[in-house]
Amino acid sequence: MGETAAHAQPAWVLLAYLIAGVCFILALRGLSGPESSRRGNWTGMAGMAIAVVTTLATHSFATVAEIAGAILIGGGIGLVTARKIQMTAMPQLVAAFHSLVGMAAVLVGAAAYLNPEAFGIAVRITPIASPSFVSILPVSRLEMGLGVAIGAITFSGSVIAFLKLNGNMSGKPILLPLRHVINLATLAGILGLIAYFTQDQSPWVFATVTALSFAIGFLLIIPIGGADMPVVISMLNSYSGWAAAAMGFTLHNSAMIITGALVGSSGAILSYIMCRAMNRSFISVIAGGFGAVSSGGDAAAIDRPYKRGSAEDAAFLMSQADQVIIVPGYGMAVSQAQHALKEMTDKLKAEGVRVKFAIHPVAGRMPGHMNVLLAEANVPYDEVFELEDINSEFAQTDVAFVIGANDVTNPAAKTDKGSPIYGMPVLDVEKARTVLFVKRSMGGVGYAGVDNELFYRDNTMMLLADAKKMVEEIVKALG
Amino acid sequence: MDFISILSIFVLACFVGYYVVWSVTPALHTPLMSVTNAISSVIVVGALIASAAAGSPSSKWLGLVAVALASVNIFGGFAVTQRMLSMYKKRERKDG
Repeated sequence: MGETAAHAQPAWVLLAYLIAGVCFILALRGLSGPESSRRGNWTGMAGMAIAVVTTLATHSFATVAEIAGAILIGGGIGLVTARKIQMTAMPQLVAAFHSLVGMAAVLVGAAAYLNPEAFGIAVRITPIASPSFVSILPVSRLEMGLGVAIGAITFSGSVIAFLKLNGNMSGKPILLPLRHVINLATLAGILGLIAYFTQDQSPWVFATVTALSFAIGFLLIIPIGGADMPVVISMLNSYSGWAAAAMGFTLHNSAMIITGALVGSSGAILSYIMCRAMNRSFISVIAGGFGAVSSGGDAAAIDRPYKRGSAEDAAFLMSQADQVIIVPGYGMAVSQAQHALKEMTDKLKAEGVRVKFAIHPVAGRMPGHMNVLLAEANVPYDEVFELEDINSEFAQTDVAFVIGANDVTNPAAKTDKGSPIYGMPVLDVEKARTVLFVKRSMGGVGYAGVDNELFYRDNTMMLLADAKKMVEEIVKALG
Repeated sequence: MDFISILSIFVLACFVGYYVVWSVTPALHTPLMSVTNAISSVIVVGALIASAAAGSPSSKWLGLVAVALASVNIFGGFAVTQRMLSMYKKRERKDG
């Protein structure tokens, strides 16, 4: 009846969950290289199957049909989405998936709250001369409260991230007055109520914790601008892991705890890598508002002289080059230019030009976004390089071809102490003999809201057009 | 399992996660996110327990909805990861 008996599970069950956890570790380990990654993914699936089958085998299921129905509906939606989704929409999809993990955590927490005996986290207390009642163990209340809170934050935060990434909501930061005060007060309220929940398991405490957590998720993500989305999406990835881990504590399930810890650290590391690549502190990203400054004051800069080139000029310059480095950014994803770009590289290679790709860690809207798009267009992964591996090569390169990237090439990050992006590691494209910069128009600025010195340099030629159209014209000009 | 054994598993798994994730090549960071997404749906275990348990119909229905949501993630997450990973190809040596 005590705390120890509540969680008694046969040894083989504990072992099975442990094996599932190990499978998940191996799945992530596989991602150290593209060759081993496919096997890793199968190992992950095997781990999930082991966890599900073990659970099904150790509980008496009165309602197999309903559960099978739920799995079929959910699984069907998941498979169809996975098959149909465009690779450029991957950031939105990941945000949507995060929200589902968050919601599932909230629902499991609520179910455990309503029926704690089924989860073995309660004791029935029968006082003399009054009806018996179920008391949830205090430590389980704490774990449950934390799990539900993190799950709810993951859910509502991911919904906002999804809306911003999907374009249903402006990518511009929305700044509420006094938002730091409101956010801190709400967070303090949540933590205080969770502490109180260990003393009083009334439904209102549980409900208020859940409601406040949903609210803080919205409030936290709304002020964060589009350019910071790689950090946000990694951070929500991390939260979804911690939510699973908290639920694992509640359920005393090692598979969930191992997975939660893996996913939590994974998201945290990705957030750190993204912050470092932007030279911003995690706190300043969370505080939000980056990119809110309008570029209105810089009207003079737009009148500065620059060189404009045509697709034919670009084709000629590149076909004469020994080496071309292509720098893709979010603009390539928006205009779906990756396939045309692949065609262009094939034409150039046929003329004996060496072509490489240089990827900045925060190019795009999520970590690794550009790599996936290039892989989709059949660009071999050994022609795609990370910033630190290729940056020294620009000095020996004839043409740097910047397509849809802006801030990650801005030399001001190295020289201008007043620039909001000062200190951010950038690709040294200006060291190439010629820079071809594909951009829709001269008016717009990057997401950081700063003008790019690069446009006005002598060795820069601006190719003003939609990225995909421009590349297609270059392909035509290459013949 | 008592609280301390669970905490030990958790802390050690955090360290494993730290070292394993640093070894992931940056080119595969997007598949990393989608696969971590899929595996964090192991929360389906809790959802299954809730939907199986007798006693509270509302708890059962919450569990069933959670099973459906987690299933979207499990199937969708692994499938989309597989789709992405199958696209990463090496240069064909004949023209290289």
